[in-house]
Amino acid sequence: MYAFDFERPTTLDEAVAALGTEEAQALGGGQTLIPTLKQRLAGPAKLVSLTGIAELRGVCIADDGAVCIGGATPHAVVAAEAAAHYPALAALAGNIGDPAVRNRGTIGGSLANNDPSACYPAAALGSGAMIRTNIRDIAADDYFQGMFTTALEEGEIITEVRFPVPQKAAYVKFEQPASRFALTGVFVAKYADGVRVAVTGASEEGVFRWSEAEAALSSDFSAGAIAGLAVDAENMIGDLHGSPEYRAHLVKVLTGRAVTAAG
Amino acid sequence: MTKVTMTVNGKPVSGEVEGRTLLSQFLREGLGMTGTHIGCDTSQCGACVVHVNGQDVKSCTMFALECEGAEVRTIEGMANADGSLSTIQQAFQDHHGLQCGFCTPGMVMTAAALLEKNPKPSEAEIRDYLEGNICRCTGYHNIVKAIMAASGQDVGAIAAE
Repeated sequence: MYAFDFERPTTLDEAVAALGTEEAQALGGGQTLIPTLKQRLAGPAKLVSLTGIAELRGVCIADDGAVCIGGATPHAVVAAEAAAHYPALAALAGNIGDPAVRNRGTIGGSLANNDPSACYPAAALGSGAMIRTNIRDIAADDYFQGMFTTALEEGEIITEVRFPVPQKAAYVKFEQPASRFALTGVFVAKYADGVRVAVTGASEEGVFRWSEAEAALSSDFSAGAIAGLAVDAENMIGDLHGSPEYRAHLVKVLTGRAVTAAG
Repeated sequence: MTKVTMTVNGKPVSGEVEGRTLLSQFLREGLGMTGTHIGCDTSQCGACVVHVNGQDVKSCTMFALECEGAEVRTIEGMANADGSLSTIQQAFQDHHGLQCGFCTPGMVMTAAALLEKNPKPSEAEIRDYLEGNICRCTGYHNIVKAIMAASGQDVGAIAAE
């Protein structure tokens, strides 16, 4: 690791000020960023830890019923506290990494990083979540802008993620056997005004919505409704774990499984 | 260098660290507590698991300065006050839950965290909770057995392999 200064503010205002300097970077739970620093793939002049800010932690329910999760809330807390309100989201959080990783890794960190194989981006996009920052609200549809790319500006902090609760939902991932990252994962959510299908792990463009499946499932919410659809392998990730065609195939299979799991 | 202060196994400690000093490094090199092992240093293996404010974490993937004011518990704090082995440690010995022993500190800390949350876990729950702890000797079987036994459950049902 290259050397850096370290700050651990206790209020959002202090964090914003600390991030206002040159080459400063926010640190969530560090479960991705610390390994990245160890490999010298990042070299910030200053790290600003967000884990000491009480107002960024916790799960609550908004007046409209949406599940609101503080940006620095660890996965284990979401798994426990969102379970009664949004089971599919809680189950997704409870299957990220391993128990020790879930005690540190945060939702804000995951969404800010936007790893193409991460689970949370599928939940946020599949739920049409609102990503709230210290300066604005960003709809999930506008937030994800490609692999490791988001709408966040320099120094912008995710303060809360607001998930509208669907009638039914499920997330199914096909785990890469060694890393347990999603080789491909599909989040399906049925709302009163239609179905959303978000896919992670598959595309070179990062998380995306499968609009043909959304249309088919909105008129018939059953695994059979997507039987006639095909997923284009163009722009799918190809690596030693799976070809683009394999991932395209997984998208369809996992979407069907997610619909069945959602019930 | 910045001063960091925390409680380790009930004892207040402090030391001068850099921003990049990991908790695992502070424990081992700063405090000389080498019971916490560093296996992979990439947060895969779990040999470095300790408890911070009651939560099991990988100490190689957390900075010492993130533990300012925290209560840290390591393998050195697991034995009973009279120096005898704790129930979990004794069960690892009784059921041969270790061979080379390198992963054992992390295994014991993870097992302790599991049993605090779930005092009577099923075999499947134990195996699931050990997802982030790698053992290259035992094949896990006797580790699972030891944790079952430590939780006061009958291990006769776990067939020998």
